[in-house]
Amino acid sequence: MHELSIAMSIVEMAQEEAELRGNVQIQAVHLRLGLLSGVVKDALLSSYEMACETTPLEGSRLIIEEIPVEIYCFNCRAQRPVHSIQYFSCAECGTPSAEVTRGKELEVFALEIRE
Amino acid sequence: MSPEPRMVEVRKNVLKQNDVIARALRERFRSEGLLAVSLVSSPGSGKTTFLEKTLTLLRPHYPVAALVGDLATENDAQRLARSGAPVKQITTGTLCHLEASMIQKALDGWDVGKLGFLFIENVGNLVCPSSYDLGEDLRLVLLSVTEGEDKPLKYPTIFNSADVAVITKMDLAAAVDFNERVLERNIQAVRPGMRVLKLSAKTGEGMHEFLDYLQKLQRLRRQAASAV
Repeated sequence: MHELSIAMSIVEMAQEEAELRGNVQIQAVHLRLGLLSGVVKDALLSSYEMACETTPLEGSRLIIEEIPVEIYCFNCRAQRPVHSIQYFSCAECGTPSAEVTRGKELEVFALEIRE
Repeated sequence: MSPEPRMVEVRKNVLKQNDVIARALRERFRSEGLLAVSLVSSPGSGKTTFLEKTLTLLRPHYPVAALVGDLATENDAQRLARSGAPVKQITTGTLCHLEASMIQKALDGWDVGKLGFLFIENVGNLVCPSSYDLGEDLRLVLLSVTEGEDKPLKYPTIFNSADVAVITKMDLAAAVDFNERVLERNIQAVRPGMRVLKLSAKTGEGMHEFLDYLQKLQRLRRQAASAV
């Protein structure tokens, strides 16, 4: 369970951004979370609330966009979704591939702020 | 104060700090001609026994060292020290994984340029270590024959973050009706093309194939380092 330390990094990062913008109030943090990032969405959501306590971000929301896993398919010569996370092959033609092109993201991509 | 909230784009990797340190470690290992190998597995898969055997067999031929992570106790470091190699324990407290900064700190005072191999034994955990790059060149995921052939399907993320799968405790395979074919199929499903090595640190079966593989990588590393 490393979601609490990840949540604390997110809060820290958002606080720095708020300070850079003249101590704006953050209402929501938007996060892109790849299904291969090794971080569990529900655990992260509850950890986020804990991490926000007694910080200027208390009461803010964490909005998570889950990013599906995609691979490069050498048969289709294109980026394709995987069949499933247990089966790394092209969802279209079935060719196996370990070239992951998407799905490892753990990225704060936007903030909702009030000035 | 404006009444409407507005969106600002940030685009920042949450683990950036870890990744920056890991990249610096990797570059350092590369320029010093050292091969860094990390081990991840569930608790009880045989990481320490396997590593003790590996250190013992490599030490007459190469300067080797190991870092070993655990929540508490120095037991593993003491076991590994029996190989005669320098070993340092990293106790993580409540943290369920190693991070790049811990590796950096643990290497303080060691002349890594003199090493041929550095082994890093992660905390026994098949979930959290997958998110953290430690700067290693090769990540081994260990799985013992007693754990069930469907483990790769249950933990696809860690198998995806690793380079080689090592099946341990092969000496127990018959006793637990281990199905090699099913495990191989499951590993290839979550990580197509993954190299799989089967061995027993206890009997020594398969250890030489593993060591040959490591030494081949180490030779390539040395050649690349001296070519720079």
